[in-house]
Amino acid sequence: MSDSVAVPADVIHDIGYRHYDGPRLGRRYATRSLYTLTLRGSFGLGRSIKSKILPMGLLALMCVPALIIVAVAVYLKSGKLPLEYEHYLTIMGFVIAVFIAAQAPVALSRDLRFMTVPLYFSRPITAGDYVRAKFAAMFTAMFVLTGLPLLIMWIGSLLASMGFVYNLEHFGYGLAAAALYSLLYSSLGLLIASGTPRRGFGVAGIIMVLLISAAVAGVVYGVVNRQDQSNAAYWANAINPGGMVDSTVTWMFKLPTSADIGVPSTLGGFVFLAEIIALSAAAYGLLVRRYRKI
Amino acid sequence: MRPRCSRRYGLTVSVIITDNLTKRFPRVTALDRLTVDVQPGVVGLVGANGAGKSTLIKILLGLAPATEGTARVLGLDVATEGPVIRERVGYMPEHDCLPPDVSATEFVVHMARMSGLPASAARERTADTLRHVGLYEERYRPIGGYSTGMKQRVKLAQALVHDPQLVLLDEPTNGLDPSGRDEMLGLIRRVHSDFGISVLVTSHLLGELERTCDHVVVVDGGKLLRSSSTADFTKATALLAVEVTDRQSDPSFDADAALRERLTAAGLAVADGGGRVLLVEIKEEQTYDLVRDAVADLGIGLVRMEQRRHRIAEVFQDRPADDRPEEASAHV
Repeated sequence: MSDSVAVPADVIHDIGYRHYDGPRLGRRYATRSLYTLTLRGSFGLGRSIKSKILPMGLLALMCVPALIIVAVAVYLKSGKLPLEYEHYLTIMGFVIAVFIAAQAPVALSRDLRFMTVPLYFSRPITAGDYVRAKFAAMFTAMFVLTGLPLLIMWIGSLLASMGFVYNLEHFGYGLAAAALYSLLYSSLGLLIASGTPRRGFGVAGIIMVLLISAAVAGVVYGVVNRQDQSNAAYWANAINPGGMVDSTVTWMFKLPTSADIGVPSTLGGFVFLAEIIALSAAAYGLLVRRYRKI
Repeated sequence: MRPRCSRRYGLTVSVIITDNLTKRFPRVTALDRLTVDVQPGVVGLVGANGAGKSTLIKILLGLAPATEGTARVLGLDVATEGPVIRERVGYMPEHDCLPPDVSATEFVVHMARMSGLPASAARERTADTLRHVGLYEERYRPIGGYSTGMKQRVKLAQALVHDPQLVLLDEPTNGLDPSGRDEMLGLIRRVHSDFGISVLVTSHLLGELERTCDHVVVVDGGKLLRSSSTADFTKATALLAVEVTDRQSDPSFDADAALRERLTAAGLAVADGGGRVLLVEIKEEQTYDLVRDAVADLGIGLVRMEQRRHRIAEVFQDRPADDRPEEASAHV
């Protein structure tokens, strides 16, 4: 080794400022990036362990009973799942409500609380793009939560060689219910969450709207049903987002109804379906308006 | 360096042009017929709180419509080309805007992607930019544990990460201690001198803009008060601050009065500079010699003789009532 080439190995070369001449992918790419980040955040991915516990726990809670149902059906060789796909979501309604209550504020109130929203709007995206990305991410997260257990049940039915056509058809009905839940809950949940930078208030607000409306609807149903044995009592579902989705799906696909779930009449079915769409659209519109003001 | 102006606006190289820009809210007029023409460089926007600085920035980013008048940024119309402007402009807000639970790297990468940079370019530019603003190992720690100075650097980095042609910095020295303030001002200077990025920086502190900016625009109550180069502001009339001691042999002799008399007799304007300081107007090179000779003749000691500049603050202090431009227009 010669001494003349003794260049220290640990020199930091300051190469100065370099300009960026590569591609700029614009609004749609930025919106998609925000969607991906929000969707991952809905399940705590890319965040701390602490923020993974609740969403992952709820996802597990949604799926474990489906696994048990499948296992029992296979073991008993019953040839039929003991439960309608759609009805599974009705039973798990509480878990779905807790998930949207916990995760809708995660999607929005962080940006509000730490005032990151103005930074987003100093970028190419608009208020409309921001809401679109957040809503799409929340919808996808909800659809994964509600669709995954149904997928487990369907795969189970295939493994147990149950009726293929029947299960495919009813799996589809279940997915339709999952989509309606995702649509209505995401739009309502995000609207409520956008009202406060405090996550706790957002969680409490969503839980109140979903669970109290269900409780009130239950009471109204009971009172009306006692006096009037006709189907009029089913109108109570009009004030209960969860019941409304259940009733609409059972009516649309003529599925067996249970207890207080059902539509008062054919007209009632259309009213419920229209109400789901109108509520979701109104909540989405208000959300866009709320962010235009920032 | 690549051309830093848009060709779409003819031959002019102005980064910001406003013409009779007016913004009225129901109760208050935030901007009142503001007409400025900002050239590349570091431009300071000075005004008291509520003078309309933040409103102007919002309009320039295409986020709020002007009530009247027009504005162009990099040759692009703010009313119709907001998204394109925001792709080429960086913005550092006055308020906190950083989530505490992510690291500076994660946050700035995300913001780079929000500006349209592909994932790999976003990571590369983030590492570069954080290094340029002076954040090293700490960039992997959550932002929640950062000092105010470090947070300001992250805010600056997210404004620079997509290599904009112009950055709008809203009160970047807010909340910093004097040394942090100096470092931030040095950094802002470098953004233009080393990175070739034009800067519009707002502040309500005149002193710091004096040191940092090439041009200063002063707004007050939404109106343009003055707009000219920093040199014009501070060099217009140079002053010589002179301080002398008494005669040791004769303490009762009023050295100040005697010197003042001598210099006035020589045709120089002398003012009281507070304490024992006399402010002498510098007419020409000989002024220095005149002062020196006068002091020597009187047999007194010269404590200091230094050139002193007018401060921008004087624009506010001794502004005659009719100094406000009727037609608020100027060319920086």
